Amino acid sequence: MSNGNMNLTLKVWRQKNAQTSGKFVTYKAEGISPDMSFLEMLDVVNESLTKKGEEPIYFDHDCREGICGMCSLYINGRPHGPKRAITTCQLHMRSFKDGETITIEPWRAAAFPVVKDLAVDRSAFDRIQQAGGYVSINTGGVPDANEIPIPKVIADEAFNSATCIGCGACVAACKNASAMLFVSAKISQLGMLPQGQPERWSRVQSMVAQMDEEGFGNCTNTGACEAECPKEISLTNIGRMNNDYFSAKLFREERVHDHAE
Amino acid sequence: MILDAKIPQGPLAEKWSKHKFNLKLVNPANKRKYDIIVVGTGLAGASAAATLAELGYNVTAFCFQDSPRRAHSIAAQGGINAAKNYQNDGDSVYRLFYDTIKGGDYRAREANVYRLAEVSVNIIDQCVAQGVPFAREYGGLLDNRSFGGAQVSRTFYARGQTGQQLLLGAYSALNRQIHNGKVKMYTRHEMLDVVKVDGHAKGIVTRNLKTGQIDTHAGHAVLLCTGGYSNVFFLSTNAIGSNVTAAWRAHKRGAYFANPCYTQIHPTCIPVSGDHQSKLTLMSESLRNDGRVWAPKTVEIAEQLRSGKLKASDVKEDDRDYFLERKYPAFGNLVPRDVASRNAKEMADEGKGVGASGFAVFLDFADAIKRLGQETVAAKYGNLFDMYAQITAEDPYSQPMRIYPAVHYTMGGLWVDYNLSTTVPGLYALGECNFSDHGANRLGASALMQGLSDGYFVIPYTLGDYLATIGPKPVDKSHPAFEQTKQDVLAYVNKLLSLKGNKTVVEYHRELGHIMWEYCGMARTEEGLTKAKALIQALKADFWKNAIVTGENEEINAALERAGRVADFIELGELMIDDALMRRESCGGHFRLESQTEEGEALRDDENFAFAAAWEFKGENQPEELHKEELVFENVKLTQRSYK
Repeated sequence: MSNGNMNLTLKVWRQKNAQTSGKFVTYKAEGISPDMSFLEMLDVVNESLTKKGEEPIYFDHDCREGICGMCSLYINGRPHGPKRAITTCQLHMRSFKDGETITIEPWRAAAFPVVKDLAVDRSAFDRIQQAGGYVSINTGGVPDANEIPIPKVIADEAFNSATCIGCGACVAACKNASAMLFVSAKISQLGMLPQGQPERWSRVQSMVAQMDEEGFGNCTNTGACEAECPKEISLTNIGRMNNDYFSAKLFREERVHDHAE
Repeated sequence: MILDAKIPQGPLAEKWSKHKFNLKLVNPANKRKYDIIVVGTGLAGASAAATLAELGYNVTAFCFQDSPRRAHSIAAQGGINAAKNYQNDGDSVYRLFYDTIKGGDYRAREANVYRLAEVSVNIIDQCVAQGVPFAREYGGLLDNRSFGGAQVSRTFYARGQTGQQLLLGAYSALNRQIHNGKVKMYTRHEMLDVVKVDGHAKGIVTRNLKTGQIDTHAGHAVLLCTGGYSNVFFLSTNAIGSNVTAAWRAHKRGAYFANPCYTQIHPTCIPVSGDHQSKLTLMSESLRNDGRVWAPKTVEIAEQLRSGKLKASDVKEDDRDYFLERKYPAFGNLVPRDVASRNAKEMADEGKGVGASGFAVFLDFADAIKRLGQETVAAKYGNLFDMYAQITAEDPYSQPMRIYPAVHYTMGGLWVDYNLSTTVPGLYALGECNFSDHGANRLGASALMQGLSDGYFVIPYTLGDYLATIGPKPVDKSHPAFEQTKQDVLAYVNKLLSLKGNKTVVEYHRELGHIMWEYCGMARTEEGLTKAKALIQALKADFWKNAIVTGENEEINAALERAGRVADFIELGELMIDDALMRRESCGGHFRLESQTEEGEALRDDENFAFAAAWEFKGENQPEELHKEELVFENVKLTQRSYK
């Protein structure tokens, strides 16, 4: 199936499951086309492993167009590889040189245990969202959409925060394995919009509490998360979150209530 | 069995209101006694699970991804239609209904489509209330744009990521119910069978993709929200994991499969670059608002473009054929998808295709950039332009995009009645998984509308009627049907794992895709389909002899997952061929070369084919039985579709 002429050496992290320890295994990737995506290159390697009766390399992937957030490789020491503002599935082999050795690891963070090989468990992200990443309304009985006018600049800025794909690159990039960029993006999106105001102060507290419980580290303003985020979510979000968090804790205690109904 | 669509009596505009009144209700205290299983967490599944839990039902939801937020609805780009008429440009519920029926080439049910148009307005309200950041005008109100097959601007959008934003909205509603304990969420789980007790669906069998554990789950009703089957073509715009397995296993347990041959080929995708390709990427239809589609006028110029001697931007205006604008002056570049796709194929077949392979035409933004400025174009479509540049290593701001049709959506699916019930009582199908609303061709920005309509606003009403009828008695999981179905699944999994041949399942999948695209793609003939049927039967026999499935069940095993999905796709492929052979007319995305107008447009045969084809599974390797649901048109007149 290959139709290119690049030859590469891969050092791939192999780990059977969360209970066992892993190690690097070296593979050859041959006949690679520069037009292949990084994942298609791994497909080629896996096909040849399968033919030899060996177990293929397991990695998470789905949409392969940079939006589902499922793919998650740490390539040559960088989440989603060497290029800015894209996910691994959008990375093409033309970004590498013939003969290069590429190291491929899973996300490394205590809160993201390895599931197998290059795939990790990111369910902590879901639990943080479940703690308060929503507007508490039921289906039906809502006002007409145009009864909630929102200034374009606010809508656009909320959108910028809302583009987070939940891939976890921010955590993988951070020396503290902090999830603050991810958490603050949702808090910012809803905190900027009128729809999010009624629960603004409780939301920030519930989500931050869950984030801490999951074992993510703290933020020390290095900015690696922003630099590696495939959707270019900005550090400003963390500023907004901290601002809301302090406001909530210091001045709005009376408004805080348990989110559960 | 006679198919009863259960379409309510009365005038079109009153059907849904009257029906809602006539449906039985479950009182609030009793709702908590019912368990509902929802399979799939895309727009249809997430919205249904959240809404049913809000009403008080106990919901168990499943997805094969590692998080419900990753369902493939997330990849929808362009927008969602709603008959809000915010632009004051003549839109109405009736117009959206009419456009959708016509766009579907008169092969959808009037009553369903009208209901879809009717609830479309509620969807936008709901999503805005959730905090979905739709695009806005400077005055703070919602912005709209145009999509194919419509002459009004009724499409709401969030840059080029509308599906993502709508899904994250539904996901947030789902999360709230998970937090409240009303939804139990299982991720990395795949449904492998339906459990039937006394003819009713009472549960499912799942495989935990992390541990391989096969489990049964019981419920008073099962909702399949598992998407479409475009990946039967191997290359499509679907996610790699998108599959037909849940729907297909349900089909084998008695749910009829309707109109399987109705598949949508989207006109604006990035062309195939080589055999290594694992999927195709769509460029949103919204680009046709400002992009102009063209091919060179002559084969000679096309050859120079293909060999790289000539750059697209250097082709003189006189040497360009803006073929959609020329042939369809009224709709121009915004003709429906099937029409745009067929015309691009025609250009390539005439030797006027561009790109190295010759299987591409241009989508050109030079005029739009001149008129609006690069900045405005970037603000509207920036992420799509970036995506294009990333994949092709070409700059679409200075050279036109190269595009070619690709499989994108499947209008066919499990047959459902007006209540979204399949032919198995208690088993429902929502969203792309069912066949009901798009006829033979879906209009752009209508898939998101249908998924959310089914989940937020239809099933919460219609399901209650069934539940009230069967009563809240707990489902008895000790019934032997549960253990028996589980054993069937285990036997099947072991059969797959015993395959230790010499060909990978990916190779079988690719081969299946070649057959389907060649003979059951944009143009179909009796001869080609007959040939394809034999090829698929041979492929199936070969698969069960020579495929390689590595590893074991009790672990994460991607090869095993893929093998099960490919085996189901092969069987579905054969049914699609049967359906396409049976339908000796052209309609929408189903183009039979034997049935075309003098101008080369799809020629329907309303006298003989104004029906939905619902296929009944009759046993392994047995021909399926065709049941017809006659389509009755009381409100629209069937005419030859014209976009001129």
